[in-house]
This record gives sequence, structure tokens and C-alpha cells, in this order.
Amino acid sequence: MKLLPYSPFTRRAFLGKTSQGLGAVALAALLRPPALFAEAPRATFGKLPPPRKAARVIWLTMAGGPSHLETFDPKPRLAAMHGKPMPESLTRGQMLAQLQGQKLNCFGPQHPFKAFGKERIEICELFPHIGSVIDEICLVRSMTTEAINHDPAHMFMNTGSQIAGRPSMGAWVTYGLGSEAEDLPGFVVLTSLGKGGQNQPIAARQWSSGFLPSRHQGVQLRSDGDPVLYLNTPPGVSREQQGADVAAINALNRQYDASAHDPEIATRVVQYEMAFQLQASVPELMDVRGESRKTLELYGCRPGDGSFASNCLLARRLAERGVRFIQLYHKDWDHHGGVKQGVALKAQEIDRACMALITDLKQRGMLDDTLIVWAGEFGRTPMSQGGDGRDHHNKAMSVWLAGAGVRGGMVHGASDELGYAAVENVCTVHDLHATMLHQLGIDHDAFSVKFQGLDAKLTGVEGAKVIQGILV
Amino acid sequence: MIFRNKLRTMWYSRLFASFAIWLSVATAKAAEPEVNADPAVPARVDFNRDVRPILSDNCFLCHGPDKNRRKGDLRLDLRDEALKAEAFVPGKPDESELVARILSEDPDELMPPSKSNKKLDARQKAILKRWVQQGAEYQQHWSYEKPAKAAAPSDQNAVDVLVRRRLAEVGLKPSIEADRRTLIRRLSSDLTGLPPAPEEVKAFVEDTAPDAYEHLVDRLLADPHYGERMAIGWLDVVRFADTIGYHSDNPRNVWPYRDWVIKSFNANKPFDRFTLEQIAGDLLPDANTESRVGSAFNRLLLSTEEGGAQPKDYEARMLTDRVRAVGTAWLGQTIGCAQCHDHKFDPITMRDFYSLGAFFADIQEPVIGSREEGMIVASAEEQKTLAKLDAAVAEAKKRLEAAAPRLDVAQAQWESDVLRYAVTLPELAGDSKSTPADKSAARVVQAALKKDAKTRNPREREALQSYFRKKATPLFVVERDGVARAEQERRNFAAGLPKCLVSVHSAAPRTVRILPRGNWMNETGEVVKPALPHFLPRPEVAGRDLTRLDLARWLVSRDNPLTARTVMNRIWKQFFGAGLSKQLDDLGAQGEPPANPVLLDWLACEFMESGWDIKHMVRTIVTSATYRQTSGATPELLAADPLNRELARQSAFRVDAELVRDNALAVSGLLAAQVGGPSVKPYQPDGYWDNLNFPQRRYVADSGDAQHRRGLYTWWQRSFLHPSLLAFDAPSREESCAERNRSNIPQQALVLLNDPTYVEAARAFAARVLRECSGRPEDRLKRAWQLALQRDPRPSERETVRKLLDKHLADYRANPAAARALISIGVAPTPQGLDAAELAAWTHVARVLLNLHETVTRS
Repeated sequence: MKLLPYSPFTRRAFLGKTSQGLGAVALAALLRPPALFAEAPRATFGKLPPPRKAARVIWLTMAGGPSHLETFDPKPRLAAMHGKPMPESLTRGQMLAQLQGQKLNCFGPQHPFKAFGKERIEICELFPHIGSVIDEICLVRSMTTEAINHDPAHMFMNTGSQIAGRPSMGAWVTYGLGSEAEDLPGFVVLTSLGKGGQNQPIAARQWSSGFLPSRHQGVQLRSDGDPVLYLNTPPGVSREQQGADVAAINALNRQYDASAHDPEIATRVVQYEMAFQLQASVPELMDVRGESRKTLELYGCRPGDGSFASNCLLARRLAERGVRFIQLYHKDWDHHGGVKQGVALKAQEIDRACMALITDLKQRGMLDDTLIVWAGEFGRTPMSQGGDGRDHHNKAMSVWLAGAGVRGGMVHGASDELGYAAVENVCTVHDLHATMLHQLGIDHDAFSVKFQGLDAKLTGVEGAKVIQGILV
Repeated sequence: MIFRNKLRTMWYSRLFASFAIWLSVATAKAAEPEVNADPAVPARVDFNRDVRPILSDNCFLCHGPDKNRRKGDLRLDLRDEALKAEAFVPGKPDESELVARILSEDPDELMPPSKSNKKLDARQKAILKRWVQQGAEYQQHWSYEKPAKAAAPSDQNAVDVLVRRRLAEVGLKPSIEADRRTLIRRLSSDLTGLPPAPEEVKAFVEDTAPDAYEHLVDRLLADPHYGERMAIGWLDVVRFADTIGYHSDNPRNVWPYRDWVIKSFNANKPFDRFTLEQIAGDLLPDANTESRVGSAFNRLLLSTEEGGAQPKDYEARMLTDRVRAVGTAWLGQTIGCAQCHDHKFDPITMRDFYSLGAFFADIQEPVIGSREEGMIVASAEEQKTLAKLDAAVAEAKKRLEAAAPRLDVAQAQWESDVLRYAVTLPELAGDSKSTPADKSAARVVQAALKKDAKTRNPREREALQSYFRKKATPLFVVERDGVARAEQERRNFAAGLPKCLVSVHSAAPRTVRILPRGNWMNETGEVVKPALPHFLPRPEVAGRDLTRLDLARWLVSRDNPLTARTVMNRIWKQFFGAGLSKQLDDLGAQGEPPANPVLLDWLACEFMESGWDIKHMVRTIVTSATYRQTSGATPELLAADPLNRELARQSAFRVDAELVRDNALAVSGLLAAQVGGPSVKPYQPDGYWDNLNFPQRRYVADSGDAQHRRGLYTWWQRSFLHPSLLAFDAPSREESCAERNRSNIPQQALVLLNDPTYVEAARAFAARVLRECSGRPEDRLKRAWQLALQRDPRPSERETVRKLLDKHLADYRANPAAARALISIGVAPTPQGLDAAELAAWTHVARVLLNLHETVTRS
């Protein structure tokens, strides 16, 4: 990559000193711990941080709330109870969304399950590709959440809070660890649509930096138009002309700095260099023509088709370039009706791609330090909605993790025999966050930022536990 | 590297001591370390200044107001309780458990315990020890004390007197006054948000009158753009936005409220009235259209239209949303913490929280689902027209009523015919193509017909009469048409009028309970009535329930110690870049005691005594010598007070998102200066709204003048705020926001370089320079610099840009198509009679100027 002639471009661009000061210092400290220890002799430390197993995270958000009962949680008993009333002992006084006040009947799993891998783990037969790599995967069948509507549930899954304005996990992680990406943002978001037409809206707050410095906000990569907002040079302006303008702007800013002595000016100079680099590095990232035919076949995507599979491939390319937190959203999992056909369609869209991502990272030696998480924002009811669908449900859902020190080929926790509530090794969203941070080498309880007088944490104030049972 | 230099300075190294391992326990938004490297432990320890912050941040979590979290039956926030628990022996640190525990080397004994991730440094320990030695005296938390007004000589600006008194204490000297060009740029940015014209700068620089500066201040305070500038901060704290926020994030009608805010600032509406109208504009004895629009404040919260949303859930969300907003905007308190438990640091209880929420339980609104259209907000002229149309409807009805007896006879006949011949109404016939609404209305009629006339209820009688007159009878066509026409005409006219969601009182308020742990599904909590926070002075009211009007009056009562301080602290930030107490949203125990508490108190008292006169306060602040200082710091001053907490100089900072836009439009001459009106849609990248759904939406950018309005009129889509505003830290306004980030990120460069708004502004700016200044490039550069920066270019700057100009000019002469492409970006007409290549090359010069740090900085 060509650098501007007048100043060496460095990865500090995203880490430059800004008005937020402290964020930069935190990052500086994180990236240069020896300097910190050397310069802060009076600092004394409590616990040591956990060893870092994950260098990066790829979070696959299945937006809309996938049914655990048609994906990863087999329930023969529910099948036997199909059409019969749901035992009231389970449902009385519980939070329900659209089924509130309605007659509650059991609705059996709509697809058969099949055993895969060395441990013969049963998952829905719609997902044979995921089954083929199940030995790399840890299934958690006992996840729960607090919210039951899409928007608050996404907020909770992403920020650990249902109140808007909190930083998302990608922002927390890049705030804590910085990024190794030389010329890309540290937190990147990609979205894709499902073909079933239940594409729930997703708000930009889901990747907001909240009260953390703005540079930690997720940057959305788009398959249409400018891949990053305002990335393209205006019509009638060549890249070379753009470079000349940026050079002039920075030259004038430096001249101004000579009289103003404002540290913000030097930061701004670096930001302009960074922006100019982004204009080259993002198109290079998006251009997958250099990928082998074999790779494209593995993922099952056509370059530029905007599919989940394409985004998985881009996720790998981002991971290779040192991006710290990569979050994919695949929508259309909101199966209030037609759950049978709906999940089958989703399986077509994601099954191969998930397998490909794991396989591809593994063959490149990157699965060892890349944490993959697959999760929706909630699960779905074992009760029928409208005879062929399932309502939102927060008492049980299935998620899975792979890579970066997570044990493969195992199942953690369980829901009850009807798949209504998690009953064994019950996990919360905060536990999931704590575990992710733990693998990143961060003690979640010590990772806080003062906000409105509180030591605000991704894992909240109620306490969270690292899910030790799933770690190597 | 910049921050590595900083690292060498003393004050950063202190910061590291508070880091837990290498992960920061750091304040993000506001958060910078205290000013002095390691100030000595004061000879006389002051509880509020020195001790409370240590106890609050390190001890109160387990030994504070929240009884559920309390450990060891010890609370340290109250002296009597601490004494009872024998936490310390006043005057005898060596016999005091507290001192022993904080100094202990035994990890089991040490306080705070290591698992709290809290750690006292040596200075903090020394302060606590000395405090016990000096008698362990407590003080009421500073912001809950009534502010006291310090005396200042009447011929001096009290701001200067109090700032200088403090500077003398800390051994600093004020800086010199800034030059006049800087002053007028600063004042214009702070008071109107628009740059001064070069001619205005020249006139001010040459004005030798002794009160030239005061004149300038008065002129800017009277400028209609003053209200727009002041509105920005207020719209943030009240979380004003055009959409509902949750899920589908659909539009709602509230923009007249924004105009109300602008007008209120321009008319200098006293802040107490400003408050009353927002909280209770519908309940005022003199309630009118204006005050009701103000009461839209109560409707600015997030709401949802998501299917499956539970009313109880959202009722709780809305209550908490409102309490947090009032807490931030007026009280500077983090009341939201008390939603699930008593506040851990401040004396706010859950009962206080839900009792505050109960004030809003009377507001009529759908808890879930779409909002209503809102109240018609008509001008005087429009109101007259409305009245005329209403009269016409009444007149037409009167004419119809005159025929009523005969119609009633005919109706009775029709009813019996329908029954006798078992007629099915045409809407209900098998092949009917009627709308579902018509069918459903007809079903009501058909059912009513089957009933005996005497047993029909009023609704059924009304339905029958309406159906008969509108659809069944051929009699009195002219009269019936007259009514329909008059009604339609009124509807059509009303449809074109602005509407605004407002507060409407319901006589049957929702029941409010304390929700244990904030859980809306738990209905075991006690029912609470509206009540004011127990720990603050409040009036005795007996024999009736409190209303929103009581709340509003209490917020702006002279006995309330918080409101005036909170508002003045925030206003101060607009003029100095930081609040006197740095945490604008927390004047509680976890906030920062003000560096100059006497000054904040003086401002609060003066504000109230002046009759809550905002312009008076703004004038007082900006005419002070403190405000007029230069923002440049000597290396010594920078080392002594890097964050300018002591005000021995002014501050330089990048202007707010909206003003970045306003400045470019003003410099280019494109700005449409109209004040007020519906929100507008500037250019936005295609597909930015693709993630919205229910329904899918397409963003259509405005054309004409609407494309060139000030930034504060931008359509505020909460879930996808306009990306050029977002890049410059405008908040999404999903939550009350007292302080914006002020970041410096590459997205800002991308916006200023590539957003069509700024490219269009650059080409218009270039055309303006070419038109206004024919002649040598040097003269044109001078004009361009004057327009953008109100100064002449320095020789080195001229040289840099001259080279750039020549290079681009050569490029575009060789490539006229590229020139044409560049100079036709945007909806503004391409000027005729200018050489395309020349205009394109100058567009680059203009673009460089609009991108400069100096251009987007107020110094």
C-alpha cells in the first residue's frame, strides 16, 4: 500500500490523543504495558488478568430470535406433547409477548434432529455443514435473556443493558484492547437480509460507542454504495487530486499548529491520513477477486452478492487484517408463523457459511485465537403461535461458540424437557459477555468506566460469571 | 507521538495509580484527572471537597445509602450511623477502625477489599486519617445546600472577581485579552453559531468606542439565530427527535416543540416559565397553544410499535425514561440508579424514584402502538380561518337540523321497511366492494336495526341516524351535502397545519407501584402517589394529590438547590468548553465538586434573583474579562492547569456537529437563514436506512432552500441519526444527553471531504470568491481566507494553496469532463459565465479551507 510521502502512516491513527484523553491513555497503556509498569511505580495491582486466548471476536448475530427447537435443542418430549396444552406450572405468571393471554398449546419440533461428530451431538438435520464441524463447536443450550421484544433484547445482548446509550461490546473491546488493524477500524459491522421477508429493523445504536470515545463505534461495511459512508471521492476528483488536497490541508494545519499549540491539531492531521488510507484499504478489503475458486466454493458465495456467506468471507479477511471485533447480522429469524419453512430457508442461508468460516480460519491457523459466537437476541416458545409459528421467548435459547480456547464438541447446560426454561447450568447474557472478555484477557469485573457516577461495566452491576465449564 | 509526551507530565502518572491492572477504571466522557500533579494534603481537610469523593467512590457501594447492599451493618454516609458502628473515634485516628482498615497490610482486613477493584492511594489515606484527626466532621453534600451568593463589588463583573480570587489562591495569573478578530469569531460561534462576515469583523476591529464589545454582545443576543444556537444544548437534554426510537422507529409530530424552544430563547422567556410550560403547560391557569406546545416535553420519550410489546413493560420504561430526563435536565442527578434499588451514593430512594414517575401518570397516551397526530398548532391567521370553517360547519348543520323532524319521520319509515322486507344493507351484500371500515359500520347498523328502538343505546341510535342520513335517504340532499362539504373543507385545511404531540391530563391517572428490582412483572410493590424527593426542601401540601404543576413549581422554586446550579453549570460549558463542575449530569456524590464552588453558587443565585433571566446570565458571562481571555496557553500554564479548570485562559474546541455544517453553508453563501419549520432532509448516502423496517423507508433528500438549512433542523432519526451529524458526535437523543463527546476521528475527515453537502458548499464558496473578486489569484485567496477565517492568509499558506490551485487548474484544463462533474454536485445551480476548469480548481481551494482545523474550531 502506498503511503503519503510526507508522513509515515501508523496504526496510532485510530488511537491518537483526542479530547477524550483518557481513552487514549487507556489504550496507550494497554498497547504498551511495559511502559505503564515503568512509569507508574506506585500503581499496585490486585488480581492478574486472565491469559489472553482470543485476539479477536467474530460475533454472528441471528437477528429475529432463532428457534432453539428447530436448530440446536432436541426435544422429543415436546414432539410427544404436540397439540396438548402446555403445563400451566411452567407458564403461569411468565413474560410472554404476542401469546399473552392466549391458550397455550405445545408445538413439536418441526424438523428431525441428527447426531454429529465424535460426541454424537444432536442438532437439527437442516444444519449438516455445522454438524460436520461440531467437534469445533461448544453448544450452550441454557442461555437466557431479560428482554422479550427485539429492540430491547438486541440492546441487552449488545450492551448488557436495556437502556439506550450504553456502549456495545465491540466498542468495549476496542476501547480495552485497541486494534491491530493498520488501516481499518477496530470494530466492523456487516448486515445481510434473509429471503423470508421477516427482516426486523436493527438500530445503529446496536454498534454505538455509547459513552465511550466515538472512535470505538462500529463502522458498518456495506455491500451497496460506498462500502463505508462517505468513503468514495466525489465525482470529478481523482485519487491523486484527493491526496493533494489532503496534503494541503495537513500542511496548513501544521502551519497553524505552530502558532496555536493545540494537540488536537496533530490528531486531526493523523485522522486525515487515516481517512485517505481508508479510501484505499477498504476497497482492497472488499475486493475478493483474489480469493481462490476453492475458497469461494467453500463459502458458497458470489463476490459482492451481499449475502451472509459473503459477509463471512469478509469477516475472515477483516480478521486477517487485525480487526478486533467483527459483528455480522443476519436477519429474518422472526418466525411467528411458518417456522418450519422459515428455519429451513435460514439454514440454507447460513449453514454452509458458518462451517466455511470455521474451516477457513482453522486451515489458516487462526481459529486458535479467533472467538466465534453464534447467537440470536432470544429464543422461541415451545408453544404454538397461530398453529405454525413460535413467539419470542427469553427463558431458554441456544447459542454456540468456537475457537480461542473454547472446548469443541461439547454441550453445556440444558433446558427442561419441553424446551421452556433453562434448568441446568443456566447462563445469562452477562455470563456470555464475561466469558468473551475472559478469553480476550480481560477481567470483566475490573473493566469499568465511570459513567453517571457509576463504575459502568459491560457485564452490569448484578454480577456475572465466566462460564468456566466450556473453556479448555 | 502526542500522548507519549503527555505521559511524561506528572498529572498523567497519577492517573495510572487508579488503573486496575492495565484495564482502565477510567471516566470516558468527561473524565480527566484532577489538575494538580499531587497536591499536598490540605492542612485543614474539607469534607465535601476532600473526603466525600473518596468515601463515595470507594466505600458507599457497601457502606452507603442502599440498605440491601450494605455490609457489616456499617454506613459511612451519615456521621451518627458511622459513630454508632464505631467506625472511628473523632480526633483519634490511632484508635479508629476505619484508619486501621485502610492502612492494613492484611488482605483480609484491608478496606476497600481487593475484590472491589478499588484502591486508595497514599494521599487519599492521608486525607482520611487527617480528617479523623480533625474531628471527622461531615457536611451536607455541596449541591444540596442552598447556594450562597458571595459579595462582589458592584462596579466589577462578579465572574471576574471570583475567578481571580481563586486564581490568586492557586498562584495563577489570568491571560491577556484575545485579539478582536478572535473575540468576534468566538462570540459569533457561541451566541449565534454562525461566522461573522469579514465586513463585520473589520468594523469591530476598527470600532474605537469604549463599549464596542458590549454593543456587539447586544447585537448578537438580539439576533434571531441566537435562539437556534441556545436550542441545541437544550434539545439534547430533553432528547428531542423526530422519531419514536424503538424498533420501527417511525415518525411522530413534535417539530413545533423545537420552534417553541428557539422562540423561547429568542424572547428570553424566563427559565421558570420555560420550565412550567414544559412540565405542565397544559395545567397552567393561563394555558394556551404556546404553553401546550411546550408540554410536548413530556412526549419526547422513546415509544414502541412492536407487535408483542407488553403495555406494563413499556409503561415502566416510559416512567423511568421521564424520571431520568427530568433528573438530568433540571436536577443534575443520576436518579435513574434508583429504578432497581436505593441509590448507592446519593440519598435517592426507590420511593423517590417512583413517586417522581407518578407525576406523569396522568398523561394521556397510548402506552404501545402509534402516537396520535397531535394538537393542531395554528398561527393567529390560521386560527381565524379555522374558526371560520368551524362556523361554516355549524351553520350547515343548523340547516340540516331544521329539516330534522321530517328526516326522523322518514327514518322511522325506512327502519320498519328494512325489517319488514328483511333487507340486507348493500355494504353487507355478498358481492359488496365496500371497505372493511364501511362494512364494520354497516354491521353495527344492521345489528341495531334488529333491536327494539327503546332498547338501543345512544351509540346505536347515533349510528343509525348517521347511516340513514348519509347513505339511505334521498331527502334533503343539498343540506346533507352542505354538511359533508363544510366538514371536508375543515378537514382539508386542518390536514395542512402543523401538529404536535402535547400533554393532555387524564382525570384517571395510571396506577404507579414501586417495582421491586425494577421488575415490571412484579406487582407486589407499594402503590405510590406523586411526591417530591424526600431529601430536598419541599413544600407541605395537604388535602390533595400533587400534580405536574407542583413538580414544575418545585423545580424552579428558590428553595430548590439543584436546578439553578445544574442549568448554569451547563450554560458555562457552552462558553468555556467544560462545566464548572465537570460532570454536567451528576452534581451528586459521584460527580466532581466544582473547582470554583463560590462562582457556581454566585451564578445560580444571580440567575434566580434576576428572575431566571438567561440573556442576563449569558451577557454577564460573555462580557467578563475571564471570557475574553486568549485561549493560547503558555507552557507553564499548560503544565500547571492542563485542562483549564481554573480559568486562567479561554479554551479552544471543535464546534458542535450542527455548527460544522452551518459554518460551511454560511461561508459558501448557500445557507437558507429561515428560522423554524418542519425538519429537513439533507443529502444522505443511499441505503443508509436499509436496516429500518415496518415499513421500509426510502430517504428522499430535500431540494431547494430546504437542502441548505441549519443543522439543528435536520430530520432526527433516532435509530439512524444522519451520519454526518453522528460523525461529529451529535447524540441520537434516545436518552437525555447533557454532554456530547468531542472526538477527532477519521469519519470527520471523510464527511468534510466527500459528503455532497460539503462538496457543494465548496463549489458555491469558490463561485462566490470568483464572482466577488475578479483579478489576481492573490486577491481571491485573500477574499477566500477572509470569508472562511476572517483573516488574511499568511505567505506560507498562500504559497501552499497557490501551488495546489495551479496543479488542479492544469488537471481540469486537460480534463473538462471531470471539471463539469465536480461543479455540478448538489442541487444549487451551477453559475453561468464562469470558466469550468477555473471553478473546479477553486473548488479544491475552497474545500481545503472548509476542512481546516481552524475553520471548525472556536478558540
